[in-house]
Amino acid sequence: MKCQFCEKPATFHITELSEESGTQEMHLCEEHAKGFLNKQASSPVSAISSALADKLGQSAENLEELDQKECPVCGISFFEFRNSGRLGCPYDYTFFESDLRPLLINVHGNTEHTGKCPTRSTGTADSLAKMIGLRREMEEAIEREDYERASEIRDEIKALEDPFAAKSVKKEGQS
Amino acid sequence: MKRDADFKALAQFMGEWMRGEGPESDIAISTRIRLARNLADFPFIRRCSDEDRLSIERSVRARMESLTDPQFQAANYIDLEPLSELDRQLLVERQLISREIAESDGSRAVAFDPNEGYSVMINEEDHLRIQVMKSGLDIKSTWEQVNRLDNLLEEVILYAFHQQYGYLTACPTNVGSGLRVSVMLHLPALVITEQMDRVFRSMQKINVTVRGLYGEGSQYSGDFYQVSNQVTLGHSEAELLSLVADEVAPQIIAYERKARESLLNNNRDDLHDEVSRAMGILSTARKISSEETMHHLSKIRLGVSMGLVEHLDVKAINQMFLQSQAAHLQTLQGGVLGTAERHARRASFLQKQLTGKSDNSWN
Repeated sequence: MKCQFCEKPATFHITELSEESGTQEMHLCEEHAKGFLNKQASSPVSAISSALADKLGQSAENLEELDQKECPVCGISFFEFRNSGRLGCPYDYTFFESDLRPLLINVHGNTEHTGKCPTRSTGTADSLAKMIGLRREMEEAIEREDYERASEIRDEIKALEDPFAAKSVKKEGQS
Repeated sequence: MKRDADFKALAQFMGEWMRGEGPESDIAISTRIRLARNLADFPFIRRCSDEDRLSIERSVRARMESLTDPQFQAANYIDLEPLSELDRQLLVERQLISREIAESDGSRAVAFDPNEGYSVMINEEDHLRIQVMKSGLDIKSTWEQVNRLDNLLEEVILYAFHQQYGYLTACPTNVGSGLRVSVMLHLPALVITEQMDRVFRSMQKINVTVRGLYGEGSQYSGDFYQVSNQVTLGHSEAELLSLVADEVAPQIIAYERKARESLLNNNRDDLHDEVSRAMGILSTARKISSEETMHHLSKIRLGVSMGLVEHLDVKAINQMFLQSQAAHLQTLQGGVLGTAERHARRASFLQKQLTGKSDNSWN
């Protein structure tokens, strides 16, 4: 593939991501990519926009392989994410973790949440993955009027919740 | 929660953020903070089936109804799917819903309090978008309110949350705190004195976005700008709020004040002339577009704030800004109108507001 702006081969495949306009794909040679990224960094009104160019020199083949990767929970491919700028389910943050990291660093300059935490949560990433499947199963059980199974699944879902703050336990105790 | 809404009554009402009161309200129109949240047991909207969306909408509504807090009990809850385009547009103009949710498909809804101090969008880009709006620059109490709503909802909804990445959102640009704090500023003097570029430049290095509102492309109308935080991951809510509340917004407001002062000292006659001409056009025009209206109303608003216009206050101007927009105008006039008729009725409406009388026969 050739660079969008010259005859040199495109070695940089950049997905621009902004809240307002979704995504835009760029295929650039090293020189034009540098220019583009520098301009991005100094562009004044640019919304949260960033480059999804892992280690910048990512080869076209690697990208192709990555594009095929699909989340086992929601089925979104990395290609679909790159094109839409939107992820398919909470588990994607775990499944595509190493691929998303460079993007998070680019956008936020950080990968570690330091703010507010909810009083209850799904705990581990695995339970987050199970949660969506279990809820679907429960709906199916209700559909076929298998209420016993539905109630079992409800308990399984409840067990996945992790009240990691004592506050919520106290709250429940009070009510 | 109330399940129906009188859109004509809504269009006549001046909601919380249009009151024209609160700190710095001559320049800071409103403060808005929104939190993006998702349910743990559903895919994000993009990978939701129609049934998923319906389940989310129903389950969130039921859980909101279960809350005994008066803020939720008194709320209006509007199912957006069956609404007409005009009614949805009206909610967009009132900033109760986003353009994105108005134009999307499938089950989606909004809950808001009668004062329009908060709204919760269901099935926007994220399952939940909780936002609180206040008149003027008032970040502290806006945050307290939105945090409270979030806490209440969290009691009945299990959020998608990750120990490392925080609140998980459909777009990675919102992950972490899911918080966006935005202050809407009216900056006509910085525009007249051609200093907006300098403001943009000074903001670019500190993770803040400044963008024009109500405009197409680079041609912003009405001199309204929205200042908001860019990043959401790796900074606490307090840090993000302080960036906008303590550093950026006060700095831009100070620039605007300085520019206004210099206009008054050096170009008072020119300024007065421009304000008076704007007044002349809006009180005598027979047909006018919404863009031209914005342009002149902005000048008049500046004139009011600087004591060059009598008999009008900021609140009255805010009302004209809102009610001269297409969906408000049509709703107040009783239904869908073509462009030419909208322009004529807008002119007539403005004339009546500014002079107390109208030449046109339909008023």
